[in-house]
Amino acid sequence: MRMLKIIANDKPGSRLLLALAVVSVAVPVLNLLVPENSVFHLSTYTVTLLGKYLTYALLALAADLVWGYLGILSLGHGAFFALGGYAMGMYLMRQIGERGVYGDPLLPDFMVFLNWHELPWFWHGFDQFWFAALMIILVPGVLAYIFGYLAFRSRVTGVYLSIITQALTYALMLAFFRNEMGFGGNNGLTDFKDILGFNLREDSTRIALFLASAAALVCGYVISRYIVSSRLGLACVAIRDAESRSRFIGYRVEKIKLWIFVFSAVLAGIAGALYVPQVGIINPGEFSPLNSIELIIWVAIGGRGTLYGAIIGALLVNYAKTYFTAALPEIWLYALGALFVVVTLYLPKGIVGLRNLRGART
Amino acid sequence: MSEYAITAKAKKPALLLLCLALLTGFVQQLAAAELSLEESWKILSSKNYKKKARAIEAIAQHNPPEAYVALKAMLNGQLYYARRSKELYILKEAGDNYIFTPLFAGEAVTRESKRGFKKIRINNRLRSLIRQSLAVMQLKDDDADVRLAAVQELLKNPEAEAAALIASLIDKETDSRVQKAMRTLLAINQLEYGDEAAHPHAIETLAASLNTSAMNALRNYQAPNKVLEKKARAAIKRINDQRDLYAKAETMFFGLSLGSVLALAAIGLAITFGVMGVINMAHGELIMIGAYTTYVIQLLMPEHIGLSILVAVPAAFVVSGLVGIAIERSVIRHLYGRPLETLLATFGVSLILQQTVRSIFSPLNRSVETPQWMSGAWQINEVLALTWNRFYIIIFCLAVFIALILVMKKTVLGLQVRAVSQNRMMARAMGVRSEWVDALTFGLGAGIAGMAGVALSLLTNVGPNLGQSYIIDSFMVVVFGGVGNLWGALVAGMSLGVINKMLEPWAGAVLAKILVLVFIILFIQKRPKGLFPQRGRAAED
Amino acid sequence: MKSMEALRKFSRRDQVFDFLVQPEPPDLDLSHNIILYLEGLNKSFDGFKAINDLNLYIETGELRCIIGPNGAGKSTMMDIVTGKTRPDSGQAWFGQRLNLLRMDEPEIAEAGIGRKFQKPTVFENLSVIQNLELAMAQDKRVWPLLTARLSGEQRDLIDEVLDIIGLGELAAAPAGKLSHGQKQWLEIGMLLMQKPALLLVDEPVAGMTHQEMERTAELLTSLAGKHSVIVVEHDMDFVRSIARKVTVLHQGSILAEGSMAQVQADPRVIEVYLGE
Repeated sequence: MRMLKIIANDKPGSRLLLALAVVSVAVPVLNLLVPENSVFHLSTYTVTLLGKYLTYALLALAADLVWGYLGILSLGHGAFFALGGYAMGMYLMRQIGERGVYGDPLLPDFMVFLNWHELPWFWHGFDQFWFAALMIILVPGVLAYIFGYLAFRSRVTGVYLSIITQALTYALMLAFFRNEMGFGGNNGLTDFKDILGFNLREDSTRIALFLASAAALVCGYVISRYIVSSRLGLACVAIRDAESRSRFIGYRVEKIKLWIFVFSAVLAGIAGALYVPQVGIINPGEFSPLNSIELIIWVAIGGRGTLYGAIIGALLVNYAKTYFTAALPEIWLYALGALFVVVTLYLPKGIVGLRNLRGART
Repeated sequence: MSEYAITAKAKKPALLLLCLALLTGFVQQLAAAELSLEESWKILSSKNYKKKARAIEAIAQHNPPEAYVALKAMLNGQLYYARRSKELYILKEAGDNYIFTPLFAGEAVTRESKRGFKKIRINNRLRSLIRQSLAVMQLKDDDADVRLAAVQELLKNPEAEAAALIASLIDKETDSRVQKAMRTLLAINQLEYGDEAAHPHAIETLAASLNTSAMNALRNYQAPNKVLEKKARAAIKRINDQRDLYAKAETMFFGLSLGSVLALAAIGLAITFGVMGVINMAHGELIMIGAYTTYVIQLLMPEHIGLSILVAVPAAFVVSGLVGIAIERSVIRHLYGRPLETLLATFGVSLILQQTVRSIFSPLNRSVETPQWMSGAWQINEVLALTWNRFYIIIFCLAVFIALILVMKKTVLGLQVRAVSQNRMMARAMGVRSEWVDALTFGLGAGIAGMAGVALSLLTNVGPNLGQSYIIDSFMVVVFGGVGNLWGALVAGMSLGVINKMLEPWAGAVLAKILVLVFIILFIQKRPKGLFPQRGRAAED
Repeated sequence: MKSMEALRKFSRRDQVFDFLVQPEPPDLDLSHNIILYLEGLNKSFDGFKAINDLNLYIETGELRCIIGPNGAGKSTMMDIVTGKTRPDSGQAWFGQRLNLLRMDEPEIAEAGIGRKFQKPTVFENLSVIQNLELAMAQDKRVWPLLTARLSGEQRDLIDEVLDIIGLGELAAAPAGKLSHGQKQWLEIGMLLMQKPALLLVDEPVAGMTHQEMERTAELLTSLAGKHSVIVVEHDMDFVRSIARKVTVLHQGSILAEGSMAQVQADPRVIEVYLGE
């Protein structure tokens, strides 16, 4: 009941959810039912692309929750995304079984290639989907808990925090590049065959993954909206704007930060887990600090501290990226760089802020 | 002379003799003299390695003027013969072409492929044989350095013949370093084949040497009695201690040179961060611009590579400094007091700068030529060599640091910078033009980044991503040292460099870096304000 | 050595780890009728002695004014009481049982010490009513906060406070839009919502009109009795209008203590205030 009321009060958000619902119905219809030669047919490639955007949107949502509402500019959220992705990737790897190049029933190809004879301990259990699903939540969550516990307890804030989150993802990137880590090193995990018994190349599987991403985004959005509308959300904003003042009226700043941070990391992990089967690969590049900063610009462009702004930003920037990198690859980095500058200088509230500005005038 | 008497006939097991014979081509050498020089050259193009070995022995003995070049080329896989004429050629690659120069008289031929020529193949045994033959020739060279290198080559595989040769030469040797190496070789020989009476002296000689072979000889030494065994063990310990010491010194040196680069990169960052509260993510790109400036200057003055580096230092300072001022004026000044926003905006600037450089210079890596006076190493002894370029970088870092301290302490700009960093409003009220100070401070920080780029260009390749790979490290240094503290940046840079290099041997380069990152993340928990925090009540907010 | 000790601590079986110990329930023991004990406090910043052997006792229900020139250590004292700053030495007890030096800011706040800052710091992006809601005495752990809803009783309390601070009409406005004086009132309102046993009020009337000052004086005196109040203020007129007992701080320690008249007659006080 209360949830519905909150959603109803959030006009732009409910519009966005409605749009998502429409798209979720339209996409399967246009892809599966409309014949391929029709102009209205949606290629599976596009479906997968859209699905990928939705996982990015979920990631942006996660980042906005901590940046927009707690003032934690995490430059390491890509790490949680990648960890969720790796957990999913490990499940998908184990599903390949004997169909790998070396046909080893137990060991993934890269391990055979490295002359390993036993499955490392941390690969056990990943043949079960439930276990992988648990890890998708636990691994980013626990890392965020440990990291956040240490950082928030000693009151590392602002740019210091940003820099060490960046160091975190950088360290993880270096670690995952190592073959000895047992995650496929440079090449990462790829060549996936099927998920839960469904062939990943099938159109219907792609549609299902797309729908799962949409559902995850909707759930993520609704829960996040619930959190920020609760008194906890008020406390978050209070902490963002005047941290020490919040302490003096009795809020356990570090605990609130910690739990929101953990929740956000879990969202990012889920996004990563949905991303991997759609793009078909996960490699250490996902940990690169550049990715984590880039996702911050999605949030900034959309408008931080609004949740729906983050989603809009992620969808827009990624669409632009797909377009530009294909049409004018030279231009893309200039455009991205200019976006960072322009948005911070002239659009501190993002695109959503533009609309509000207009609304305020009329 | 009796001291160096060669006692090859001493009791040695038959098996050892056999091995030795096989290893050194002892047997073949006896037969080698029968081969004439002309025959020997011909045999080189045959496929039989045993025959080839004999031919090499013969050539070395005759020692014609071409012998050295030919053997050297053979060692490097550059000695070819024409399939038809069986004439010998030396191959040189020039771009896509192959130039074949005849060993004896004749015209060089340039070809697009190696067709018609065949490489003279060698195996490991021949390779060591050639090396030793070359060494013998070199031992008679006029240049002391060449002789030293030759003795050291022989030391890698010291055996009776070499010892005999050395013993005949040592009295004529004038260079003390060469003599020392020769004595070591003779001592090794004595220990293995000599009289027991000569052993104590040999052990003593070896104990003073840091050569690997000396160590091996002592290790393999079958002491005939307890006294000698003890002596040998003591000698091994002494050598080990010495080596450990030098290894530590070397690690320290590498650490300091890496630390210097880090400190150089971080000092500029510390200025902008500390004075202006600005997180400059484009700092790495300013370093990159400094490195490219060095590259361009070398292109402009290809005749004076040695001088180019000296020109590059001020040039990079100016170029990066101007770019820095441009960034400050166009972007950063609108964002004061919003550090997280400057972080994002300057990151955007960094992407633009990277892409610009990519468009101008192509995405490929460029390399900057190390000038003559910076290449090579300062060979302190056999285990410790300090490369000059790293050495200069340490000095350069310290010089920049001292200059900066002087600027901050002694100049009007420094005074104003400190005033603004402590209390912007008050400084303004006192008539300091804070905008002007901001621009110059930022320019100063950027200029230092440019100079760091010059140093970096001498260590690695210059590419558009050069800055990116250093930015996180330099942030770590700043965070570790304490924001806005120049000493902090220096001490933190140096210690992170040394820690990194100390971890490397047992953890590997990547793991060492990860460990350092984790260490800093944990360190920040304990001391959120770094090693040298800004203190006082004002800093607590 | 330190790490060794830490290790030893972990290996002891007769003890529970620090982080497993449940936090003490905030039980304020006022049996000796004294709510705040500050004894032998010292604190220096980079060699500057902000607090120098400070001894101060506040009785339950008392309204105490603290005056003193700039740099006398007033703010630092408040920082120590509220857990923002740790003294170099000395003791600070809240009632008989609560050692303030072992508690952090939220614990102290929860135990019942409220603070109004010199510079009004309200949550500017939240509305007036949300500011009050946050300040309200309540379960401030994460999960209860997530599920909390305003009860009728709490709503009444908020309305009551809105009435007292005169911001009823601006209840929905963002706090950032308020004037300086209104922010001061809002902060006082937040203090009231907290229902603290001890209020630390730092320069409450700065930027207020004369009328507002009078109302503040009224409010503070009415609070005394139910709560203990410490007021730090520069405005002597205001102090005179509310003060029963005045403490003069100088160079981090107490120079004089007594009624306003006594203090004003003290030659040392005159010298400190006028002699410079």
